[in-house]
Amino acid sequence: MSVFTPRNVERAQALIAQYPEPKSALLPLFHLIQDQDGWVSDESIAEIAALVGCTAAEAQGTMSFYTMYKRQPVGRFLVSVCTCPVSMVHGAYEILHGLEARYAEDPDVTVEEVECNAACDKVPNMQVNYEYHENLTLASAIQIVEEYKSGARVARGISGGRAESGASNA
Amino acid sequence: MPEHRIITRRLRDVPQSWTLDAALSDGAYQAARKALAMEPSAVQEEVKTAGLRGRGGAGFPTGVKWGFLPEGSFPRYLVVNCDEGEPCTFKDRELTAQDPHQLIEGIIIASWALGVHKAFVYLRGEFAEPFDRLFDAVQDCKARGILGDRVLDTDFSLDIVCHRGAGAYICGEETALIESLEGERGMPRIKPPFPAIAGLYAKPTVVNNVETLSTVPHIVSRGGEWYSGLGYERSTGTRVVSLAGHVNRPGNYEIEFGCTFRDIIEEYGGGVRDGRAIKFVIPGGASSQWLVDADLDAIYDFEVAAGLGVMLGSGSFMVFDETTDPVQMAWRLAKFFSHESCGKCTPCREGTGWINKILYRILNGYGRPNDWDLLLQVGGQISPGVTKAPFAGTTICPLGPSCVAPVASLLKYFEDDVTSRLRDSSVGDLIPVVNADATVHDADAEVESHV
Repeated sequence: MSVFTPRNVERAQALIAQYPEPKSALLPLFHLIQDQDGWVSDESIAEIAALVGCTAAEAQGTMSFYTMYKRQPVGRFLVSVCTCPVSMVHGAYEILHGLEARYAEDPDVTVEEVECNAACDKVPNMQVNYEYHENLTLASAIQIVEEYKSGARVARGISGGRAESGASNA
Repeated sequence: MPEHRIITRRLRDVPQSWTLDAALSDGAYQAARKALAMEPSAVQEEVKTAGLRGRGGAGFPTGVKWGFLPEGSFPRYLVVNCDEGEPCTFKDRELTAQDPHQLIEGIIIASWALGVHKAFVYLRGEFAEPFDRLFDAVQDCKARGILGDRVLDTDFSLDIVCHRGAGAYICGEETALIESLEGERGMPRIKPPFPAIAGLYAKPTVVNNVETLSTVPHIVSRGGEWYSGLGYERSTGTRVVSLAGHVNRPGNYEIEFGCTFRDIIEEYGGGVRDGRAIKFVIPGGASSQWLVDADLDAIYDFEVAAGLGVMLGSGSFMVFDETTDPVQMAWRLAKFFSHESCGKCTPCREGTGWINKILYRILNGYGRPNDWDLLLQVGGQISPGVTKAPFAGTTICPLGPSCVAPVASLLKYFEDDVTSRLRDSSVGDLIPVVNADATVHDADAEVESHV
């Protein structure tokens, strides 16, 4: 049994075929499995390593360098609040701490602090599963998260893949 | 002072500018057709004549970079750098998401000029929407014969692969980007060999920024002479400045080199909010040293900036008014570099962490009497002399020296803000170092728990 769904096995093969060397597909494959499962398990690392022809240690060595990959399950909604310089002077830490307090006990929502989101003209800002939300107040940020929870907004995958496919890059 | 409309024209003026139909009806791919009818060397020559300089940060002349590829060595690759992570840079995001066909056209022209048949666009992992827009645009081009085995009905073939990173600022450095694209940890390589000789898969490789390539179609259609007539001395043409901070109208503005720093703030940004005074300006992203009000009448130009000890970098432009605490800003920048250090070079891996921690305790009133000297000493081990940061370094890439730039700026303009805090410090010199990953608000509790 593959860790990938049958549709994602096809996607994985297509991803690998894009590159002259299969190991180049490591990052896209980790995005694919994270969109599917919400995180990256040991079993996924082993299978992805086999797909590209490297050891599990090599694959994990690459993966662990990058902050977007989650080695434990997170909430269905990953809220990434930018606190970089311009955001900071516009109250980003108040929003980060407000969201952290509001969702501390909520298993659906994981709040994290991130470095520059490249949206510094519309601060404070956050991404929810890598979808941008800008010019926030704490109240509007909470409202947006609640809209995702209620299904009024459709979220991308945990790795930012398209909502309709549940997976990016393929 | 009007905004220029060269590379931002379509995305500002054409509805649904990211779709192929809208782009085609706006004249997209005409420049690519023209280039494909020219000799590749003639296309390279136009770009050289234009004087176009890389828009990713280093400002290296693009035509010269193209000329470094060794003759007769194939395959060779074009890698497009859309790993836009420099704090307060958000132009490549807009250019890619709003006008992907301008970028693809630039990639076609560059690939033709260079003899490349496979190009890779490396987008930062967080760019989900720009990735989707570009990916769809590439698919549409394949379906319409703009990409593939016969590009625009010629014998030239070209494939473009869209590739997302996964959260690592350092992958904007071109050799780290290549490592990452090969499926490795994104750590910079020692140069030489330069990517032009041995880059992706050890093959000759050109790495160009999104904005650089987005400019190329306009140079082909209107000529290198026309482009070099814009701008100021060796900084030719226009560039997109990502303006943010305490200005009334933050945003991306396409400006012509040759205006002043103050023009950018006043004419494009609408001045500082509430008419407040400017405390400092960071003109080239987190990696640059700072400017103060007295510097702002200087010309916005690569060489003038270098003369002021700053850089224009990726086009970032942060304006901070008198309410801003320079020590807090320096700490936040150091925290960024500490988080993003790849760990390959010891001075950077250890030094950025210490600069972060020392600034953090100074900021929160727990500085030790010798902390300012310690900061300069640690900074000097990354960037000898400190004041030359980020231009002098003991590391493979400029990330470590970039972390020293805010320290150098404190030294130059705001030393009193540091020393007064140390005078008022509430502890002696035996306080343990606190967790600098914590945020400002946790500071007191954090320190008390150690005491």
